[in-house]
Amino acid sequence: MTGNSSYRVLIAVLAAATLVLFVLSLTVGPAGIAFGDSIAALFSSKADAVALIMREIRLPRALLGLMIGATLGLSGAVLQGYLRNPLAEPGLLGISSMASLGAVLAIYTGLSAAFALALPLAALAGAVLAVVVVQAMAGTRGNSLLIILAGIAVTSFAGAMTSLALNLSPNPFAALEIMFWMLGSLTDRSMTHVWLAGPFMILGWAMLGSLGRSLDALTLGSETAASMGVELRRVQFLAVFGTAACVGAATAVSGAIGFVGLVVPHILRPLVGSKPSRLLLASALGGACVVLAADILVRLIAPERDLKLGVLTAIVGAPFFLWLVFRARRRLT
Amino acid sequence: MTLLSASAVSVSLGGKQVLREVTFSVGSGEFVGLIGPNGAGKSTLLRSVLGLLPSDGMLQLDGQDIASMNARARAGKVAYLAQEREIAWAVPVETVVALGRSPHRPGFAPLGDTDRGIIDEAMRRMDVEAFRDRIATELSGGEKARVLAARALAQDTPLLLADEPTAGLDPSHQIALMRLFGDLAREGKSVVASLHDLGLAARWCSRLILLDHGRIVADGSPENVLTRESLRSVYGVEAFFGEADGARIVHPLDLADRGRALP
Repeated sequence: MTGNSSYRVLIAVLAAATLVLFVLSLTVGPAGIAFGDSIAALFSSKADAVALIMREIRLPRALLGLMIGATLGLSGAVLQGYLRNPLAEPGLLGISSMASLGAVLAIYTGLSAAFALALPLAALAGAVLAVVVVQAMAGTRGNSLLIILAGIAVTSFAGAMTSLALNLSPNPFAALEIMFWMLGSLTDRSMTHVWLAGPFMILGWAMLGSLGRSLDALTLGSETAASMGVELRRVQFLAVFGTAACVGAATAVSGAIGFVGLVVPHILRPLVGSKPSRLLLASALGGACVVLAADILVRLIAPERDLKLGVLTAIVGAPFFLWLVFRARRRLT
Repeated sequence: MTLLSASAVSVSLGGKQVLREVTFSVGSGEFVGLIGPNGAGKSTLLRSVLGLLPSDGMLQLDGQDIASMNARARAGKVAYLAQEREIAWAVPVETVVALGRSPHRPGFAPLGDTDRGIIDEAMRRMDVEAFRDRIATELSGGEKARVLAARALAQDTPLLLADEPTAGLDPSHQIALMRLFGDLAREGKSVVASLHDLGLAARWCSRLILLDHGRIVADGSPENVLTRESLRSVYGVEAFFGEADGARIVHPLDLADRGRALP
């Protein structure tokens, strides 16, 4: 079947692009280390400055870019398939905003200054709280509209509480730190962040990745899917908790990085013949490409200004989304 | 052999009782038309057989309690053609039909030759082979309905439940679908289809079940179920009764309270 071979080509191209961008991410930076030296330093047993920069700064940054990008792309594809709504994105369930709130509270209370992992842990706790509330509100019968409404309610509440924390923040520096954190960035992350987020992300990927067949069946509506052997409760559980695990972990270490989870599945959908199961891997690789590329651009465009990754993805993503809407309009009218 | 048996099945939706103590059974080789006015409980009955709704009473498929079966085991015994013709993504027709094979494929197994054969046969029977590569969401309503019917056929189950399968089809495809259901029954499978077209129901079904206000008011051959009295009391219509080519014709003419009595 031609569909199969073009799918394989697409996956191969995306995987190659991801690999290239990952290597570039390792070799681009203010320290200005030559390409060969930087790669050699990564695998050498020496403990000089170059090796230190590579292992403690660039490697975690590149790894997190890869992992967070894959998380956003995969969860966006799963949520769009599960909710049968092309506007669904990882932020929809209130998980990112509750994770943000957890992080903001950690900064606000000074807990994050007291011990470094307080921030990501508080963010993860926020994500868990969000998913428990959404799941409790939506019930177990798998009504996607209720999930969307519950997600919107949780998102608004988290937004309000974040504003309150900013409003009451003890000093302008705390407010600035909160603002900067919320913009989303991969700067100055360490391997500790990778080890913290990794297990949650892998768990989330495994849960979301197992849904391909069910998402295909859901194309025909939830009742028809159920009649074809899909356990709707199981799918809802895996989609919601899988998203919470990996998106919660992603937000916990990087802050909110918008538009990737929304736009990447959109772009790739026509290229995989719109089949939800095929979109999963493609979208995970596509998300990794976009976040890695954006993180490289951030370093190239304004290395001294610390341009935030989330700002760049939004600046590039929003006009792109407008263009997608425009194209859809032309097709519809 | 009894394929489906329902005894004293009651269903409440949103505090309103939609089905009241419904009892019937369907053997293999039957083509049952489920008829009744809007809101009589036809769709609810079909959906509760699928285990999609919580119900009281006993529902059994092939001798097994439906509530105790998992979705996959159920999907091997009963296929469902929903009233809503939902296709969320712009996938090719063949992909939609192939979804019918998913309950029969373990894990990540690809489609086998047997699956391909069944898919092709289902597309041939529903006359959708000509557009197997077209995008399903871009088809007309009737074409989409036929594609979805082919999907249900591809599931290849002993029992097929169809919710208003003829709605939106042109006359030739309506008749073709009714003939196909009759053929399935002759092959030993069973079909339960909710229908609003009494003419089609009278002519093609081997048995009719008439529902009204959540109760079965008549169950039997089309001649015994579709009578002047039942149409008057359940639907509130007067109808023309006739015969052509050895089969019954029923055609609703006017509302019962204002229509004149026919000779």
